[in-house]
Amino acid sequence: MELRFSEAERAFRQEVRDFIAKELPKETRERMLAGKSPTKQMVVDWQRKLNARGWAVPEWPREWGGPDWTLGMRYIFREELQMAPAPQPLAFNTNMCGPVIAEFGTEEQKKRFLPRMANLDDWWCQGFSEPGAGSDLAGLKTRAVKQGDHYIVNGQKTWTTLAQHADWIFLLVRTDPNAKKQEGISFLLCDMKTPGITVRPIITIEGGHEVNEVFFDDVKVPVENLVGEENKGWDCAKFLLGNERFGQARVGASRERIRRLKAIASTESMDGGRPLMEDPDFARKVTEIEVELKALEMTVMRVIATESKRKDKKPDPATSVLKIKGTEIQQMCSELLMKAAGPYAWVDGDPEAEGSNDIDVAPDWAFGLAGVYFNWRKQSIYGGSNEIQRNIMAKAFLGL
Amino acid sequence: MDFDLTEEQRLLQDSVARLLTDKYGFEQRKAYMKSAEGWSRDIWAQYAELGLLGLPFAEDEGGFGGSHVETMLVAEQLGKALALEPWIPTVVIGGGFLRHGAEAGLRAELVPQIAGGELMLAFAHTERQSRYDLNDVATAAKKDGSGWVISGRKGMVIHGDSAGKLVVTARTAGGQRDAKGIGVFLVDASHSGVNRRGYRTVDGQRAAEVELSNVPAEAVLGNPEDGLALVDQVVDETIVALAAEAVGCMQVAHDMTIDYMKTRKQFDRPIGSFQALQHRAADMLVQLEQARSMSYFAAMGVEERDPLERRKNMASVKVQIGRSARFVGQQSIQLHGGIAMTMEYAVGHYFKRLTVNDAMFGDADYWVRYLANAGGLVTAA
Repeated sequence: MELRFSEAERAFRQEVRDFIAKELPKETRERMLAGKSPTKQMVVDWQRKLNARGWAVPEWPREWGGPDWTLGMRYIFREELQMAPAPQPLAFNTNMCGPVIAEFGTEEQKKRFLPRMANLDDWWCQGFSEPGAGSDLAGLKTRAVKQGDHYIVNGQKTWTTLAQHADWIFLLVRTDPNAKKQEGISFLLCDMKTPGITVRPIITIEGGHEVNEVFFDDVKVPVENLVGEENKGWDCAKFLLGNERFGQARVGASRERIRRLKAIASTESMDGGRPLMEDPDFARKVTEIEVELKALEMTVMRVIATESKRKDKKPDPATSVLKIKGTEIQQMCSELLMKAAGPYAWVDGDPEAEGSNDIDVAPDWAFGLAGVYFNWRKQSIYGGSNEIQRNIMAKAFLGL
Repeated sequence: MDFDLTEEQRLLQDSVARLLTDKYGFEQRKAYMKSAEGWSRDIWAQYAELGLLGLPFAEDEGGFGGSHVETMLVAEQLGKALALEPWIPTVVIGGGFLRHGAEAGLRAELVPQIAGGELMLAFAHTERQSRYDLNDVATAAKKDGSGWVISGRKGMVIHGDSAGKLVVTARTAGGQRDAKGIGVFLVDASHSGVNRRGYRTVDGQRAAEVELSNVPAEAVLGNPEDGLALVDQVVDETIVALAAEAVGCMQVAHDMTIDYMKTRKQFDRPIGSFQALQHRAADMLVQLEQARSMSYFAAMGVEERDPLERRKNMASVKVQIGRSARFVGQQSIQLHGGIAMTMEYAVGHYFKRLTVNDAMFGDADYWVRYLANAGGLVTAA
């Protein structure tokens, strides 16, 4: 039993840290430190830098540019990005669609899409959820009917993250309405410029534009854009959702938020003139989160250790903890950050605005913290809501 | 990063598990509890045979050179069985004081006796007023020629009634709550100046109130003027064992609950088919796994060289283990329903052990407060 990272892994961490320190643009870091999402250009520029270094697609096979890292190294890489904080390689490209094409796609598809995906020449978005298919994803209704060389797609996707930036969308569509739910689904790749696609913004409660509705009205998708076999799209979806099981823990992201929180609460005096961190109740709440995060970090280590050795691809029971605890901790961090800002958390600024404080009323560090708190309620909903996670645990691990 | 056990560790774990499965069923345990000493000498002899009593001591002193990982493995098995023997007081706590505080000659004399099962130890530290503060010591040690004489009262001395020797903390200088001026002494428990009153604790263990009147110390462990650092170290190492013991208890309580949910029928269906109960069971699993992770972290974090960092590590272990133990313990009762309220049913005994385990050397709330005051685990940036 060796419970520490190896010498080589520690050296790798330093290498990643040095790279980020040298290459990450200051504006990107500062924007993310303030709790805002990086702009499209920031994400693109950063991913191209990573790609030039050979680090943009940690999960891909070597022949398509993957760096052949151990799971431990992948974890370290993500943790360092999160703690910087720096943008992650775009998940839709690198964690979701890319691995699916690499696993199920044709040689043609791999050559055509993967290099552009890695370099973020194409921005991808995910067309899974529908108004009637959220937690019950297999209940999706968007239809694709084969006509000659094309599928004709009709229907609606929703919660499509950053579709406003996207060049391409990967879609789950129903190709056999008579088969059982999971068996009539196919996985399609669709150019967002195809006629018949309409993207409509959904503004979330904090005022941000992150997600969209995407409407498909007689959209023609060439049959060569089918990934895997027709009606076997659910296999692709399961593969995609099962990938990177420890990604949802986001330990580095929470550690970065706690650092920020403690810095703010230690220097800003607001409780009877004393720093907020000296308020025993507040300090205790922060401490409780730190302990939970330490436990989660060790749970991630356990998952990495077992998954590295496991041949059968069956998840460790500890994996189920990651989504639930990971999101609970992040949400708690966002709540404590908002509380630390006191009344100045209430300023309703434009979350998309450049600069840290577009209307110049609140202290810079306080700006937008309530927005992040409101926005992060999504974390326990997306990626299989935490209640769905509990259902999975009850069935798969507890046999109930 | 590798959580696999070595072949020797697996053998150790299996042999302890096998012994306890054979000899420590719920009914057998009840019989041990009812015996005069409240635990089993026969089982103790078998622990000795398996090498559990010499586990952490150096091989050239008659031990087995086990690390904290071995301590963790054994403690988890003992937790699963709710074992009643004085293993933690003797081997982990007493053994810790000998390993870190005794001179080689004393170890050469005592380690073989401990490893052979002849000598039990107990840690006489808590006093009526001290609660969980390790620095709160009123019991006094006075210089007497070349040695020390100890007088005072110690309470809740776990397994103090069957111990052959007591490890006693006593003040050699300073005020009652000063960090400096605490000494650690080894005392013959059968000395005429030692008056012991044994009793049972709620979780079925034994404890004693110990009165010391002018009892000569047989040995000084560590620096008699500045022994708190030694106490801290031994307590931190004991937390490795306590955490693992709690994980063992939680595992069984959770398993029993899941089994019960599959068999108990109400409204013509197993109660485990109800989603409200399924989600509670899933939350118990989350808490159990987080606790298990922190039990591993304990074995790693206790090796930290800086005493403050080490203590912060162990504080975080106590917090998570305590929180998890409370949740898993309470919910295992709740999900069982009435049956778990009966003395006849095992799960309540796990709950009781978990409750006491949390409070040993400070409960989760105590350690949250400590950790918050010590600046937490994450540095501000």
